[in-house]
Amino acid sequence: MSTRSRPLSPHLQVYNFHWPMALSIVHRITGVGLALSSIVLVWWLTALAVGPDYFAMVQSLLGSWIGRVFLLGWTWAVFYHLCNGIRHLCWDAGWGFEIDTARRSGIAAALMSVVLTVGTWVIAYAARGV
Amino acid sequence: MVEFALPKNSKIREGKTWAAPAGARRVRTFRVYRWSPDDDANPRVDTFHVDLDGCGPMVLDALIKIKTEIDPTLTFRRSCREGVCGSCAMNIDGTNTLACTKYTDEVKGDVKVYPLPHMEVVKDLVPDLNHAYAQLASIEPWLKTDTPAPDRERLQSPEDRKKLDGLYECILCFSCSASCPSYWWNGSRYLGPAVLLQAYRWIADSRDERTGERLDQLEDPFRLYRCHTILNCTKTCPKGLNPAKVIGELKMLMMQRQG
Repeated sequence: MSTRSRPLSPHLQVYNFHWPMALSIVHRITGVGLALSSIVLVWWLTALAVGPDYFAMVQSLLGSWIGRVFLLGWTWAVFYHLCNGIRHLCWDAGWGFEIDTARRSGIAAALMSVVLTVGTWVIAYAARGV
Repeated sequence: MVEFALPKNSKIREGKTWAAPAGARRVRTFRVYRWSPDDDANPRVDTFHVDLDGCGPMVLDALIKIKTEIDPTLTFRRSCREGVCGSCAMNIDGTNTLACTKYTDEVKGDVKVYPLPHMEVVKDLVPDLNHAYAQLASIEPWLKTDTPAPDRERLQSPEDRKKLDGLYECILCFSCSASCPSYWWNGSRYLGPAVLLQAYRWIADSRDERTGERLDQLEDPFRLYRCHTILNCTKTCPKGLNPAKVIGELKMLMMQRQG
């Protein structure tokens, strides 16, 4: 009998970081990110109620290049979580579990999130006229 | 609890290197996890340069050659050497599979061999599966009936028998459970893909009469619902089964009976 505690075998340290794990962890991260960044949405709406000067300040902050990078990330997080969420809905309905289907739907979700993000920003800039 | 790093006693050190014999022509490098309860050392990874001339094509063949010709203390489980017993499940080249059905040629570069992930190690490549077996016992994987036993065997139509395809083939190697991050972090309470597939195997069996009781057992925040459809289980199954799909079926059954 061993008199000392047994070691734990390596897990994340050795496991291949292939697409199922990657897509899943990004879904989780974007979910947490969206939950946290909803605070920014509340702040933005509150600023509207506080007054025109404060709202203008918040607007200029969000319009700065750092603000825009954040908004770009936010847009992508929304679309990734949405597209991958549709995969989860399909699974909940019992569809798309075959490993090849799941791989293709994952690639499609990742691609769509990028397309929708770029599309949104193209439309936003076009509407703004810059 | 989610712990990404390994505990202090589990951190892996660089181990010994065993050179190939002189005149070896077809040398492959195997990097193998080692740990022994007989000394106070941390786990280490030994490097074996193995001449594959005169060695079978599978990773298990190479491990047996290492044990026979290089280091007899190397410890691993194996039995059938043809993928039906499930003993030699281990982490090879970053995914869980059976050493006996994994071709050495499929691996590029060094062949890295570790025990099944996130398990207590008994010695070298032998993980402690007691907890997983206890979880299997908890779902009572045998036919349960209320009607009196007939004079002959309980019959099953070919259609009902077909519902067990993709379930009965499981050899309980626990490659899938040990590939699942959810099982890594919540294995104490989450049953994991292998055991859930077994649970469904009895729920899907037309001869079993305790489906309701079996589903009641799974109505729990952890036992079933820690599955987040990561799909590592289906990707890694050495028998080509689909535990993720089965768990999806279980979740749908749970929904349906809630009405």
